[in-house]
Amino acid sequence: MNTLSAAWSWLTSAAHWSGPDGVWHRLGEHLFLTVVCLALSCAVALPVALVLGHLGKGGALAVNVSNAGRAVPTFAVLVLLLLTPIGTYGDWPTIIALVLFAIPPLLTNAYVGMRGVDGDVVQAARGMGMTGSQLLRRVEVPLALPLILTGVRIAAVQLVATATLAALVGGGGLGRIITAGFNLADTPQVVAGAVLVAVFALLVEAVFEAVRRLGPRWARDGAR
Amino acid sequence: MTAPPDDCLARNEWICGAYLTSRRQILWNAVLEHLELTFFAVLLGVLIAVPLALAARRWSWLGAPVLGITTVLYTIPSLAMFSLLLPLYGLSASLVVAGLVLYSLTLLVRNILAGLRAVPEDTRQAARGLGYGPLRLLLAVEVPLALPAAMAGLRIATVSAVSLVTVGAIVGHGGLGNLIYAGMNTFFKAQVLTASVLCVLIAVLADLLLLGLQRLLTPWTRAARA
Repeated sequence: MNTLSAAWSWLTSAAHWSGPDGVWHRLGEHLFLTVVCLALSCAVALPVALVLGHLGKGGALAVNVSNAGRAVPTFAVLVLLLLTPIGTYGDWPTIIALVLFAIPPLLTNAYVGMRGVDGDVVQAARGMGMTGSQLLRRVEVPLALPLILTGVRIAAVQLVATATLAALVGGGGLGRIITAGFNLADTPQVVAGAVLVAVFALLVEAVFEAVRRLGPRWARDGAR
Repeated sequence: MTAPPDDCLARNEWICGAYLTSRRQILWNAVLEHLELTFFAVLLGVLIAVPLALAARRWSWLGAPVLGITTVLYTIPSLAMFSLLLPLYGLSASLVVAGLVLYSLTLLVRNILAGLRAVPEDTRQAARGLGYGPLRLLLAVEVPLALPAAMAGLRIATVSAVSLVTVGAIVGHGGLGNLIYAGMNTFFKAQVLTASVLCVLIAVLADLLLLGLQRLLTPWTRAARA
């Protein structure tokens, strides 16, 4: 219990919250990395998944990308990128690794959502004279939205986790508090950093859950 | 004074045969540690997940909290999970195994429960009509029918565990992750690439092995598809 009370006093000491190594700065970095990389990976993955799902092609790709994403260790990719020439450009290895690991859940869920749209509904929309792009925007995407949003939620949680690991290769974010604690052999600081990361990850999950519950009913069904 | 050797190790190339031959023992030990950590984590995960899933199936009020808690555990990033266990286990291999067990629980419990819940009520009734007791019903009817879903969960849990073991390098017990971590600090490209490739290879082989096992255990699923 000693470690826990020491971790608590670490967390409650104001000195640890300010400055360039302080919690607020690291939290800002973590949030920035998560939001920017979520936007980037959505911009890359969602159009591809929606078009493939609309055309009904590339199902094997959408599924295999997910499996590959699970088999390749995040830590290995972070280190590999760091040792390539990209590694000399500040945050770029981190950002690229984050985007790479956020793409699989986005791609797979959006694709599965698009393919799960009832064939009769698609037929009816075509019968009403809708063009391909009208069908995509006004029928398929709205109906696939619950699963697309599930993919975004999983990607966001994944991003928080990967951004934490980025601290191991010198990236910013809350993980730095943990790695600094390990380097100092300061267990209370390690635990305090871990608590901050865990709370942050759970808050991100909670925000998505709240959005889902407050959203319109049709966007809610089928999620989870 | 002799000139420095001019081989791929000296040039620090990504792909290096001399690395493989000169560090064979180190690589082999790392692979063994990696396999050991993964094996014990998944084994313990199964031993805990099966009773949890059975209990959640038997008493329905237990289902929501069990799934809820395991989902919360799964949301916690791996580095934070290992760090939170530090006061309990110290810098030990048990810490890595414990962390991996907590992750595998989510995937295993969810899939086993889904498999058990998908057993048709008619099938259960028919078995009862044939005079099956609760234990025989479970072992001879429900478990075999739940096996494909459970095995799917086991495969995902195993592949994830193989990849997450590398993070154990932070406490010095990361199998191939140790080599990646050491290679990062010394900019040793061949070591980082070799260890990473071996890691993916282990994940793929473990997945194929479990797929083969699943086919052996559930021959009827193949017959139905043909």
